[in-house]
Parts: sequence; structure tokens; C-alpha cells
Amino acid sequence: MENEDMENVVIAGSGPAGLTAAIYTARSGLNPLVLEGLVPGGQLIVSPEVENYPGFPEPISGMELMDRFRKQTEQFGARFKMEVIEKVKRGRGNDIFEVDTGTEGIETKALIIATGAEARRLDIPTEPKFYGKGVSGCATCDGAFFRDKEILVVGGGNTAIQDAVFLTRFASKVTIVHRRDYFRAVPAEMEKAKNNPKIEWLIPWVVEEIIGDNTVSGAVMKNRETGETQQIPCSGIFVAIGNDPKSEAFKELVETDKNGFILVEAGSTRTSTPGIFACGDVCDPVYKQAVVAAGHGCMAAMDLEQYISSKEEVKC
Amino acid sequence: MLNTNLKHIETEQEVKEVLENNENVMICCGRMGPMCVPVFSVIEELEQTYPHVTFRDQDFDISAADFIRNLPECALFMGLPFTVYFKNGKVVAATSSIQSKNQVMEILDREFGKQS
Repeated sequence: MENEDMENVVIAGSGPAGLTAAIYTARSGLNPLVLEGLVPGGQLIVSPEVENYPGFPEPISGMELMDRFRKQTEQFGARFKMEVIEKVKRGRGNDIFEVDTGTEGIETKALIIATGAEARRLDIPTEPKFYGKGVSGCATCDGAFFRDKEILVVGGGNTAIQDAVFLTRFASKVTIVHRRDYFRAVPAEMEKAKNNPKIEWLIPWVVEEIIGDNTVSGAVMKNRETGETQQIPCSGIFVAIGNDPKSEAFKELVETDKNGFILVEAGSTRTSTPGIFACGDVCDPVYKQAVVAAGHGCMAAMDLEQYISSKEEVKC
Repeated sequence: MLNTNLKHIETEQEVKEVLENNENVMICCGRMGPMCVPVFSVIEELEQTYPHVTFRDQDFDISAADFIRNLPECALFMGLPFTVYFKNGKVVAATSSIQSKNQVMEILDREFGKQS
């Protein structure tokens, strides 16, 4: 007998992929349950400005964009819980899944994994000690604490360059530290940074050590080509060095590549386990764009609808 | 304005009252941002587990937040939220920036004891 609390679909993650999947599955009458994860809205909410999301001719903050996603999703009746999935395993029979959040177990007929990725850290022993005391991963959250101070932004992608430009609103000087002599950030973002008189560049250098007693007072830097080291004073270090896919909780049931990205069939969102679909940054090592994730979320919803209806046909 | 299920502290009088009338108090002062929201949600969850602790949140940008912002224990903080733990009105612990459920529970257990 079917458990009356059984979900049709659980969507893990609440970024552009997860919420697009929720919009589509809700409109299809599947009554999706979205488990939002620790950061509702996903990584995009830390972006000070999103300029390339179609339909928004004026820049929009990542937070506001995700608020709009959320409102649209709610309009169609999707349900939300602020839960993080710890583990997923097969439930009764072979086609039911048990989702364990640590606080409750949820049975579902199908699962969409849209957990995205999480920010990589510098992996320096002293880094955790200085979180909230000079080291930050969120320019929009903590930038104002660095008024008239000198800070470093570590990274070479769009996030790092956007953060650096944003932080010049507060800081007296922003130094972009990047380990390579080329940048992944798009030319439009690079241009803004290059034209900003408060921004300086340190390439190809890496942060070797963070210095300070109670708060950050400087960093030991190392040149990756020459091995030269130097100590530079700074009050803050903003880290934007990329992300790792959040796939750990699902590894027993779905295949991943060596970097943890969930593998999906080409041209679809089907994983190695029927009934589990993956979309967005958790399975995208290449594009990592909000608009791609949203499109991928739509694909996952449509693949899932087809899966559910094929199961029902079999039952008939 | 905070959009959480926690009770908000909005005036200086409310800060005073909550500290005068409760032995164990935790106040989380922040914004609806990516570093703060996870901490608010952890507190919402723990509110049921720690009935002997009074949990409140507070918008970092209102004037009543001066009380938390100006605490000597928060003087070096450079990351939201500021989370402060009070025992009989005195600060016994304070943290800056995002915290995990385990980190929050460790402080609650240490300073206020586990639920009996």
C-alpha cells in the first residue's frame, strides 16, 4: 500500500535549477517539495549584480533575482522546507527513495538533485580562525566592514572580479590576487576592474598564509613562477576561487566524475539511477551559469514528468 | 526587515526587557543575506530543543542594533551575523559570520547546559 505521505517529487536545492524544476513540476500538478538547503537561493544570492540574465535589461542583484524565482515558484504551489539532505537511499521496492535530512525521513517517487556547488576555501590552516574577522566569502554581506581599509580579493573568475569592483565602494584599495596570468572572467567585467583606480593586480601569486592576532592584518604571498615571497598588509581577504559540486549525499545512488560532478546521460538529466535526475551546477563542470542552470532545471522537470507518467502507464 | 519565524527585537526597550527577564538569551543580529539566513534557520530549529534559552533575532540596520554592534565583544567582528549569548544579562560568548548547527549547539551546551 502506498504511504499517503509519499512525495511525487523532492527537489534538492533552491537555486535557478531547483526552482525552475519546481515551477515546471508544480504546474504539472506534481506538488513538488523543495528542500532548500542551507542557503536558500543558492550561490547566486551573493552576486552583487547580475547583468546577463535574459529579461533583465538593468542589472539585478542575485538576491532579488532569486526572490523573484521564489515568488514565481510559490505562486504555483510548490512547498518549501529549509532542510539539507544528508543521505538518499532506496526505499521499499526498488523505485521509492528515502531522503534523510537528519531531522526527518521523506519517501519520494522521484528526486531532482539541484544542490549546486559550494565555495572553495583557500585551504590554509589559519583561514577558519579568521572567518568573520577579516576573511569572507561574501562581498555583499561583509563589504561595509572594510570601509577605508585595504583588502585582497582572491580569484580570477567573474565572481572575484565583480566582488573586487563592488568592494571598491568601501575599501581604500582592492588587490586582486590570482594564481594564473590569465583570467576566466568575461571581458566586460575585466574592463570595469581595469578601469577602476582603486584596483591593483597581483599575478601570478597565491596566498600562503594569513597573518593577524584577533583579526587579519596581512598575508604572506608567494609568486607561483619565481617562488618569491612577500608580506603585504591588508585588513580583509575575500575568497572567490571557484566551487565544488555538492553531490556527497547522493554518491551511493548516482555516478559522479572524479571531481564529484554527477554524471547525466547526454542530452538529458537522467542519472545512473532511474527516478533520480540532476540539473544545474552539480552536474555542470563547464558552463556554470544561472541561465544554463534554469534551462537544465526545466529539462529535469520534463524528464521527471515523463518518468512518472511512464510508471503510471505500467501500473494501468 | 527580517523575514524569519523568530521573535524580532526592534527597540532598545525590547533588548533591555529580554535580558532582564530571561536567564539564558541568544540574539542573532544580521540581514536576510547568505551568511545570516543559515544561522537564523539553525536557531529556528534549535528553539524547540532548547526551551530554557530565549532566542531572538534583530535587523542589523536598525538603530536598536547599536546595542549589539557596540558590545566590546563584537568590536573586532567583520562578518554578519553577530550572534551573542547572554547569561543573566552578561555576554558569555559571541560569534561573527556564518555558523553551523554544531557550532551553535556547542556554545549553547557549554554556556547554558543541555536540555534536562
